[in-house]
Amino acid sequence: MVFQSEPTEPDDEDAVLTRLAPPAPPAAFPDTHGATAEIALSGRTALCDPLGALYLPDSRTLIVSDLHLEKGAAFARRGQLLPPYDTEATLRLLDRVLVRHDPRLVISLGDNFHDRKGSALMPEPYRAMIYGMARGREWLWVNGNHDPDGTSGLPGQSVDEVHLDGLTFRHEPKPGASPGEVAGHLHPAATVRRREKSVRRPCFASDGLRLIMPAFGVLTGGLDLSSAAFKPYFARKDLIAHLIGKDRIYSVRYANLKG
Amino acid sequence: MSKADSPSRDEVLLPPVFQRWFADRGWQPRAHQLALLERAGRGESTLLIAPTGAGKTLAGFLPALTDLTRRGRLPPGSAFQGVHTLYISPLKALAVDIERNLARPVADMALPITIENRTGDTPVSKRQRQKLKPPDILLTTPEQVALLLASKDADRFFRDLRYVVLDELHSLVTSKRGHLLSLGLARLRTLAPAMQTIGLSATVADPAELCRWLVGQAPGEARQAGLVTVDGGARPIITILGTEERVPWSGHSARYAMRDVYAVLKDFRTTLIFVNTRSQAELIFQELWTVNDDSLPIALHHGSLDVSQRRKVEAAMAENRLRAVVATSTLDLGIDWGDVDLVIHVGAPKGASRLAQRIGRANHRMDEPSRAILVPANRFEVMECQAALDANYVGAQDTPPVGEGALDVLAQHVLGMACAAPFDADLLYAEVTSAAPYARLERHHFDRIVDFVATGGYALRAYERYARIRRNKDGLWRISHPDVAQQYRLNIGTIIESPMLNVRMVKRNARGSLGRGGASLGKVEEYFLESLVQGDTFLFSGKVLRFEGIRENECLVSQAYHLDPKIPAYAGGKFPLSTYLAEGVRAMLSDPARWSALHEQVRDWLSLQKEKSVLPGRADLLIETFPRGNRHFMVLYPFEGRLAHQTLGMLLTRRLERAGAKPLGFVATDYALAVWGLEDMSAMVRGRKLNLAALMEEDMLGDDLESWLAESFMLKRTFRNCAVIAGLIERRHPGKEKSGRQVTVSADLIYDVLRAHEPDHILLEATRRDAAAGLLDIGRLGDMLKRIKGHITHRALDQISPLAVPIMLEIGREPVAGEAQDALLAEAADDLIAEAMG
Repeated sequence: MVFQSEPTEPDDEDAVLTRLAPPAPPAAFPDTHGATAEIALSGRTALCDPLGALYLPDSRTLIVSDLHLEKGAAFARRGQLLPPYDTEATLRLLDRVLVRHDPRLVISLGDNFHDRKGSALMPEPYRAMIYGMARGREWLWVNGNHDPDGTSGLPGQSVDEVHLDGLTFRHEPKPGASPGEVAGHLHPAATVRRREKSVRRPCFASDGLRLIMPAFGVLTGGLDLSSAAFKPYFARKDLIAHLIGKDRIYSVRYANLKG
Repeated sequence: MSKADSPSRDEVLLPPVFQRWFADRGWQPRAHQLALLERAGRGESTLLIAPTGAGKTLAGFLPALTDLTRRGRLPPGSAFQGVHTLYISPLKALAVDIERNLARPVADMALPITIENRTGDTPVSKRQRQKLKPPDILLTTPEQVALLLASKDADRFFRDLRYVVLDELHSLVTSKRGHLLSLGLARLRTLAPAMQTIGLSATVADPAELCRWLVGQAPGEARQAGLVTVDGGARPIITILGTEERVPWSGHSARYAMRDVYAVLKDFRTTLIFVNTRSQAELIFQELWTVNDDSLPIALHHGSLDVSQRRKVEAAMAENRLRAVVATSTLDLGIDWGDVDLVIHVGAPKGASRLAQRIGRANHRMDEPSRAILVPANRFEVMECQAALDANYVGAQDTPPVGEGALDVLAQHVLGMACAAPFDADLLYAEVTSAAPYARLERHHFDRIVDFVATGGYALRAYERYARIRRNKDGLWRISHPDVAQQYRLNIGTIIESPMLNVRMVKRNARGSLGRGGASLGKVEEYFLESLVQGDTFLFSGKVLRFEGIRENECLVSQAYHLDPKIPAYAGGKFPLSTYLAEGVRAMLSDPARWSALHEQVRDWLSLQKEKSVLPGRADLLIETFPRGNRHFMVLYPFEGRLAHQTLGMLLTRRLERAGAKPLGFVATDYALAVWGLEDMSAMVRGRKLNLAALMEEDMLGDDLESWLAESFMLKRTFRNCAVIAGLIERRHPGKEKSGRQVTVSADLIYDVLRAHEPDHILLEATRRDAAAGLLDIGRLGDMLKRIKGHITHRALDQISPLAVPIMLEIGREPVAGEAQDALLAEAADDLIAEAMG
């Protein structure tokens, strides 16, 4: 049996150190070039941001998915006292990406909160942060499986699906051909292997027709693209993983992930 | 050492029925058995250090057996009687084995004593019955003791406790399991103040440490249990395998030696072949069968194999039906293994004491010498084996120290105590610090742990309403809900295993799709499988298997019909080279007069090194720099073990980065460290752009260490273990396996969040302490940096030196860490770009 003395990366855990860097000072102008990766999605232009958000320049829409806000608190309610800092860390990250792109519309693509009680019990300072970020823009909270009842006491609207400019935004992807679908739910991550070494990162998964968003929340894990759970959604020969690097996106064809 | 002085003393100590039992068998009670009995009679706790085969177990139980015999059987209808004696062993199998071994004398003498075991495998109904009607002697494990102590009726169950017999104490005390057990003993002393401990141990470096561990400590004085030592019997006969084959430069397989090993084991009745890792066990087993022309019964035994398979091997071994068993450390401990007359040790033993204990497995009769043969897997190991061999003859000991009690273990214990009964913090602090590993625990650390158990211990006091324990008006801490006790019970223990998947054999049917389940072969780590793609072949359970895929929580494999697995069997040793053996290897290297004991090829190799470069001096650090390919290499030979070298490698690359050497990576072995980069480091030293003395300054353990720790993936792994033991993260539960989505919460992510927002959190402190002591070997690195100050020898070479060859061969086998991760991603992304550019 082959057991490496040291695993290359713990299996179910992603290194997203960069996500916890302190908030950047407000930039003089949004830097939408260089770090992001421009891709075509069902005929439209989309930018994958290495902070884990998708930006559609034509409609000035920013999409984030699986924030899982108040995850620490949700666990604490069940007796596991995880650090109570995840909500603030996720919101600061969201603030950075909003400053960078200054969107007109924000779509949070479901599992916005880790459990049903999350949005109602969220401490006031975080609520104020969200109000601040929503000022001057529209905000849609798509319902997810963790928070199917919608949000309470927050700016914007709760919806089940969004149709915009020929694209469909929903939390759980629908099996079968579904051109223009943008979904979350699965927390895609990909493992790149080269010469017996491997690195695992969250990623945007897309075959050009459909896109599944990486999870944005700082306490969210990842599910490897090789998992059977992704099979119904992509033709693997066309699938590209846009991996989140330290400060840029690395795009790797699915077939080339393992060298 | 105590000796029996007169037969009359036997009569006083031993009830007549025991005297007759010994006499009927033509036996004499041994001096140490009587010594233990005598001390027990005086109310003393005692440590017995004796080699295998000295009748240690009977010695440990005699005080309990005689005391119970004098008490006599309790008449029916007597009041509740708590357990009289606890026997605690690190292995479930050992507890079961001891029950069998004790049953015989107890039956022979018709003693009025009930003996039962209690392990994780004991049915619930039996466990409940044991609580209502405890046996006189309960054979169990540290985890079960913790569970019993955390139950509401612990007081009643343990109040009559007289003896606690601790088997294989040397292996128990050095781990977190030992820390938890020491806290359990402290509680047992509170519940049953007359309780005495009896520790049974193999030879250790510092017996006084174990003697302290066995008894309650008080502020300002070091109390000790008494010590009885039995000298080893005949000196073992140890040799290094002679071979005509070429000894490899590097690697751990020892494949080259298998014909020679096979030839040797044909001359013995039963051979135990010890290896350091499971992968080695698999490989050696397979290699032996390829040369097994006589079809000798040779079996495989390691911890990942399916239990039923292991039991079969154990049974066959006990019945002397096997000629050889290839085994890992699961057998290091004292299960009775029939008549083993030879131990072969493949790979370097890494520690002199470990070697002595393993060799002790051969031949249980003390007066005959054990036979052992060492098989080094590569050239450095030849020297290490020779050093270990010298050490075993001079009786050197290098067992690890007990260490300071871990804080995560304390957190688990505090919650357990709250589950048993409401506690007063002052009293619990006094009890905890009576346990030797926690004797120096400061009150503020204790209070922070209590706070952690209650609400997570966060500066942002967000979880008061979710508190697990609360202090009431009476000043006592109690659990806030019965669910907390349930949660505690499900998450007890200090052994953290990485997630494992069951390996199941399947067949492909005619249409090429996979059939339903075949035999289960055992378990493998999930991280290993993640690097496999369908069709990859690997060795497991003595077979070459083809990886087919993962279905739910099982790894599906099929029989592969080729001999060479595609995924190479690689694994460094689990144990770092001990400081003692490292010193031995350095001494041997620097002294050509001692090379005569070494294999001729190794002598030639060292002579060549002397000619082409220089040999590392005994107290010096040799650093070589040379170009190779389009890279420049720096190879250091500290001989301080892989862990310390890894830490040094991380720190050196940071410093070389700042010095402008543009380092690209490094690799560490037990003996050496190689760093490579883009700049010519020889030229940098010549041009005074790189100062090696400054590079190796002790101050690298300051700021550089801090900032490296901040992003170290190794620290994250330590944190995960601490978080699980301390109860911050629950272990996986049956029925909660990964389904379509991730359900577990990632310890790495929690670590990142906690570090960013509360870097002084008590669990991060626990993590840093653990890492400094264990994983990073910082203490050892610091000693080395001190030692080599002013003793650095640098050689700028035109090409690779002979001594550098082994480590250069390791390059490419190590995991990627830190900065190199993005480089690897970029390389993969470039493939796409190249494809796009056509």
